[in-house]
Amino acid sequence: MRKKNEKQYLFDKPENVTRLLRGFYIICAALFLVDFALHRHISVDWEKIPAFYALFGFVACVVLVLIAREMRKVVMRKEDYYDVDE
Amino acid sequence: MMWTSNLPPFIPFFVAALLVLATRGWLRGAILVATPVLGGLHLWFDVSAGTGFSMSILDYELVLMRTDKLSLLFGYLFHIAAFIAVVFALHVRDTTQNVVGLLYAGSALGAVFAGDLITLFIFWELLALTSVFLIWSSRTRRAIFAGFRYLLFQVTSGVLLLAGALVYYQQTGSTAFNFIGLQGIAGWLIFIAFGIKCAFPFLHNWLTDAYPESTPTGTVFLSAFTTKVAIYALARGYPGTELLVYIGAAMTCFPIFYAVIENDLRRVLAYSMINQVGFMVCGVGIGTALALNGAVAHAFNDVIFKGLLFMTMGAVLYRTGRMNGSDLGGLYKSMPKTALLCIVGASSISAFPLFSGFVSKSMVMAAMIEEGYSYLWLMLLFASAGVFHHAGIKIPYFAFFAHDSGIRTKEAPWNMLLAMSIAAGLCIFIGTQPQYLYALLPWTVEYWPYDTTHVLAQLQLLFFSALAFVWLNKQGLYPPELHSVNLDAEWLFRKVMPASALYVYRTAQDAGNNLKRLMMMPLLGARTLFLRSPLSSYHLAASWPTGSMVLWIAVILGGYLLLDVIL
Repeated sequence: MRKKNEKQYLFDKPENVTRLLRGFYIICAALFLVDFALHRHISVDWEKIPAFYALFGFVACVVLVLIAREMRKVVMRKEDYYDVDE
Repeated sequence: MMWTSNLPPFIPFFVAALLVLATRGWLRGAILVATPVLGGLHLWFDVSAGTGFSMSILDYELVLMRTDKLSLLFGYLFHIAAFIAVVFALHVRDTTQNVVGLLYAGSALGAVFAGDLITLFIFWELLALTSVFLIWSSRTRRAIFAGFRYLLFQVTSGVLLLAGALVYYQQTGSTAFNFIGLQGIAGWLIFIAFGIKCAFPFLHNWLTDAYPESTPTGTVFLSAFTTKVAIYALARGYPGTELLVYIGAAMTCFPIFYAVIENDLRRVLAYSMINQVGFMVCGVGIGTALALNGAVAHAFNDVIFKGLLFMTMGAVLYRTGRMNGSDLGGLYKSMPKTALLCIVGASSISAFPLFSGFVSKSMVMAAMIEEGYSYLWLMLLFASAGVFHHAGIKIPYFAFFAHDSGIRTKEAPWNMLLAMSIAAGLCIFIGTQPQYLYALLPWTVEYWPYDTTHVLAQLQLLFFSALAFVWLNKQGLYPPELHSVNLDAEWLFRKVMPASALYVYRTAQDAGNNLKRLMMMPLLGARTLFLRSPLSSYHLAASWPTGSMVLWIAVILGGYLLLDVIL
């Protein structure tokens, strides 16, 4: 278990987390902008939308999580749900 | 020695299982490790496509070994998987698990080299019977019940396969296992048999139910073989069956919602396994050379990266005794190597460029566009983003980072680290040098995954999926890990069906009682009439207790006896 005066680990310092996230945001922005500089082969109509994959990835994951949150209201039961009545 | 080139690959495993039973300690360990190594080398160097071996029992010919590029690819894969799993489980001092691990791997090899449906059926059932012991090895109440439910599904699959094989023989006069297709009742029976083992929607819950209940090492074995044998069987029997494209697309999408809200991290991986198998099923359904190659290549990679992820979670479970996301976190402090290896597995399953998932999943996606399934392609793209979300981020994040759970433990033991490192090495090797895997693929097609379009598109998809994760977390929208059970198709089997059976039973019982009452009424009426009549006052018409009847019989018999003595 955790002790006092324990060694400080990498992500114990908030500035390291901030640094990591900042690097991550820069990569995201770069990938978004590169889409306008490089030419992608287009096989499906949707791919013509600028930065299609970036937008799709973001929207897909937000939709996924929001639906999953709503799903909890319907499908979530207590941990021993199947253990009773058996 | 028996090392002839037509030695069926399952035999060394079955013989070794017997030897393991008779040995202890380091010798047992050596046999466990040597079996997949020697078997694999033998297969690689001595066996070429076209080698066969069959055996006659009565008048029936069992084709125990049929080799072509397809069966050889799965043969190599299963040797690698068995080797990694055995090394990972080397510290386990449990004879059941040691023996059953080899038998299970051997059964998988038997199934992929089976040349006829009856041989396939035999190994199909052996897969079920051996693997269930890996679940029971947890020796918990939950695991024992889950094991029985697992067995029920697996045996049903076997029975359907046997029934299908017999009808197939009756229709075609042959049991050779080649293209079957969805013609006639035989085609459908075998299709459903394969579908159960493949975890088709509504037939999938044996996987999410039982795999997470197995031991830390048992799940690694389980994740490698059963579903991949099913993919092999579909690729052999049903390539180009369009229905599979739709089934596969459904399989890629529905599990990711469950994976997001599931707390048990090994169950998250079980859901993500259905999702990955979905990509393979799609590939088999499309049926072009590119798609089929993609399907089997993805099966090859999935065994390794999914095995790696199950191994890292197994190591966490082994060291901490916990597997729920809500109880873990901050483990990178005490298990940094495992955390790093987990990230390699997560990158591979998410299909990051330079990792193995990328070079095989992109084949299926490309084939899908080529064949004009653009809406389904969009579903698969959604599933790709979702995979990154739940397997790529959620697994490493909640186990090793997130909130510090305060757990301080030791790094995984050396054999676990070695097994995980081998798997991680293969993920990166295949991801960076895909030509070696491509050379083994059964169908000939030119494909190269690394071009600007593919790499850029995939990086954008993944980074922005990650961005969504960061944003949702910061907004507090991300569903927290909670102790819970989520209703799934399992609910039908474990609640609705038993409840309806009970209802039917009760209704039948009530109806039976009513009927009995109805029948009794005239009888009771007759009795009432009789009792009113003068006859009823006659002494013998009264109802007598049984006891007095017995007494009188005894008296009569006694009388006979006396008479006998006297006369």
